[in-house]
Amino acid sequence: MVEAIFFYLFAGIAILSALQVILQARPTRALLSLIVTMFALAVLFILLGAPFIAMIHLIVYAGAVLVLFLFVIMLQGIGAKEIPLEERFGPFYLGTAILLGACLLGGILLILSHASVGPLQPIEGTAKAIGHLLFREYLLPFELTSILLLLGVFAAVALAKKESDA
Amino acid sequence: MIPATHYLIVSGALFAIGILGLFLRRNVLLILLSIELMLNAANLTLVTGAAVHGHLDGQIIAFFVMVIAAAEVTIGLAVTVLLFRKSESVDTEEITWLRG
Repeated sequence: MVEAIFFYLFAGIAILSALQVILQARPTRALLSLIVTMFALAVLFILLGAPFIAMIHLIVYAGAVLVLFLFVIMLQGIGAKEIPLEERFGPFYLGTAILLGACLLGGILLILSHASVGPLQPIEGTAKAIGHLLFREYLLPFELTSILLLLGVFAAVALAKKESDA
Repeated sequence: MIPATHYLIVSGALFAIGILGLFLRRNVLLILLSIELMLNAANLTLVTGAAVHGHLDGQIIAFFVMVIAAAEVTIGLAVTVLLFRKSESVDTEEITWLRG
């Protein structure tokens, strides 16, 4: 019962704040709404038996990635201002976009209503269990992601350097 | 117990909202934010899948998705900063000189 209350409360918060992400006129507010979505999603992860993923989610996304976004938005200052939706787009474009989004959602719901998904099983994604899997069965992909991150660092440095030379 | 379908519905709704954000936003940064939203929806699906099958593999893949999203954001933001320096704007309607 408590679980159900938590689920529906935080699922509602996640969806409402996600709507705010795409509808808020100011970039900073959209970003802060996304942080709210992240926190609500972390609660859902914990309900699904993934406490480690939930914490990583908070630390990496809400902690690091979104703060990086915040820095870039603040760097832009006045250049980041957003024109309100109804002034920027005609009703035809807005209607088409919303129709497409609704079609996608309807398709997903249609597939889900026909799919037979089994009940949730109690699993415990603790740091120990995840670590065992990650460093035994998934060792090669794990090492490959480290190369990916290194390449990301190289790319960021190369992009920044080219600008200062020019 | 909450049925797994409800989690998947939340995930689908978040994904649809992310797609709608791609259509409605014209700021490069906010387009990146919408992509983050869609990645998170995918992560919710993966973790739900892990719980449905009673196996931790889905959670591991959600972990990898997070790592790759972090790398993607780093490069995306670097490109955005470059765009902003070049044209004083991150509006996709004003950045029209990218045509090859």
